[in-house]
Amino acid sequence: MKILVPVKRVVDYNVKIRVKPDGSGVELANVKMSMNPFDEISVEEALRLKEAGKAEEVVVVSIGPAKAEETLRTALAMGADRAILVETDDTVEPLAVAKILKGVVEAENPGLVIVGKQAIDDDANQTGQMLAALLGWAQGTFASKVEIGADKATVTREVDGGLQTIDIKLPAVVTTDLRLNEPRYASLPNIMKAKKKPLDKKTPADFNVSTAARLKVLKTEEPEGRKAGVKVKSVAELVEKLKTEAGVL
Amino acid sequence: MHFGLTEEQEMIVSTVRNFVETEIYPHENEVERTGIVPKEIGQEIKRKSQELGFFACNFPQEVGGAGLDNLTFTLVERELGRASMGLAAYFGRPSGILMGCNDEQRERYLIPAVKGDRFDALAMTEPDAGSDVRGMKCFAKKDGDDWIVNGTKHFISHADIADFVIVFIATGEEQTPKGPKKLITCFLVDRGTPGFEIREGYSSVSHRGYHNCILNFTDCRLPSAQILGELHKGFDLANEWLYGTRLTVAASCVGRARRVFDYAVSYAAERKQFGKPIGANQGVSFKLADMITEIDAADFLTLHGAWRLDQKLPANREIASAKLYASEMLARVTDEAIQIYGGMGLMDDLPLARFWRDARVERIWDGTSEIQRHIISRDLLRPFGA
Repeated sequence: MKILVPVKRVVDYNVKIRVKPDGSGVELANVKMSMNPFDEISVEEALRLKEAGKAEEVVVVSIGPAKAEETLRTALAMGADRAILVETDDTVEPLAVAKILKGVVEAENPGLVIVGKQAIDDDANQTGQMLAALLGWAQGTFASKVEIGADKATVTREVDGGLQTIDIKLPAVVTTDLRLNEPRYASLPNIMKAKKKPLDKKTPADFNVSTAARLKVLKTEEPEGRKAGVKVKSVAELVEKLKTEAGVL
Repeated sequence: MHFGLTEEQEMIVSTVRNFVETEIYPHENEVERTGIVPKEIGQEIKRKSQELGFFACNFPQEVGGAGLDNLTFTLVERELGRASMGLAAYFGRPSGILMGCNDEQRERYLIPAVKGDRFDALAMTEPDAGSDVRGMKCFAKKDGDDWIVNGTKHFISHADIADFVIVFIATGEEQTPKGPKKLITCFLVDRGTPGFEIREGYSSVSHRGYHNCILNFTDCRLPSAQILGELHKGFDLANEWLYGTRLTVAASCVGRARRVFDYAVSYAAERKQFGKPIGANQGVSFKLADMITEIDAADFLTLHGAWRLDQKLPANREIASAKLYASEMLARVTDEAIQIYGGMGLMDDLPLARFWRDARVERIWDGTSEIQRHIISRDLLRPFGA
């Protein structure tokens, strides 16, 4: 089985995000970029399945600017076998991403797509679900455990009330949650090999997908700063404030 | 002129940085508080470094290393320099001088050191022979095919965790126009050799958890097979293989300075006094400007020295400049960082006081600042016969 893992280049999770003065978005100039952490978890899971003999090949794909090649090389250095860069400087919305990925899936025929549940930049949490719908495949979202059987996968999902375990038919789309695994570091030999691994370049047009925007960003603003708290003298006062001021009781 | 790193180098830097932040930082406070690296934590760091193929990455591939060039290895050292030295020691960088092993010694020392099965330490300094290394009193007397060693070494870094020590010992004296000159030989000495004792050293202000040791030789018998390189040629061997080790000091100073700088800059931006961030005052912001300028300068000097080694260009003066400048830069940067933090910078709750204490030794070991200046100036003036 082949596993396809989409990875996205996003602002590093350690970076303190700043909104552009004109409110058109967040500042990306001179900001450290890294692989979306959920995608790292996806790459790790795919590599573990390969190491466990459940898969033969791990292919990573990224949709984004030429610089996204670095993100793909990072995935190759972790141990992925080859990479595909679908190059575009446009902001690609989740639906267009899903459509492009559908095209990649049709070309590659993977048995499983493992994708991060969301990217930490737009937090859309849509791509995996849309891709499964477009393909007509089963989906197991927010996975904290994945087991591959003969023609099905057993996925433990992190849902609001706890854990839900489902069986899904393969081929399928799995989206990964934080507790699925701890991604590995790139090993030195794999870093050295990464550059020699194949990396194909495509464009959205190769998959007949338009990346024209369907969504309009009206405004980007900083979240409100945390306000100072108040001290109450008694429980009675606390209950009173919760009722009248906070309105939670 | 090209200042960029290759993609591989970028990934190596980010992997080592990530490793240091995830695997080493969390243990630093405990090491600082107790002065001890718990054995299991050290072994865990070693195991992970081995798994990632970084252990002994400074050694050529034909002996099991990763074969990194000097520049890339310097980048590794720079990132490791951010971390507590006692813990980072387990990341595994055996002394390059082991490449001087003969075929038989390779199996006993070089290969096990590269694999991480045997840990090495290196001993030159003595109580009465610091910068004047050749003044060493530790002496080996020939007895048949063996050598009988007597003397003391001190300030021997991480010998407490070493399985064997590479020791420089006087083996004779020759007459020169300038007077008698000691002949020095390099020996491989196993822990447990009768007459050889590794003792706890002094309690040091710098690098808690990274211990210095005292070595005592009392009629210690070493067969000639323990000689590394050739008899009386210890310093030739040192010059060949230890030539670049000052760069590791320079690189770790740069890495640590960058860590300190991150603290300083964020504090300057966040700490408010008189209703505004203290960084809004030029008294603070200009400090930051000077700090980053010096850090970048030290970084370039260091990488340039490494690059010259890779190009097989003479690098003695450049390496000396890098070591001198980076270590003195670190002293200034850690001092100014504490000034920016004020009283809080001196408290054990933050690592700044530690960085400040740790910085002090960097101007002393691996050749004091004065020795580096001597090397630099001699290199400049010698061509004029001065």
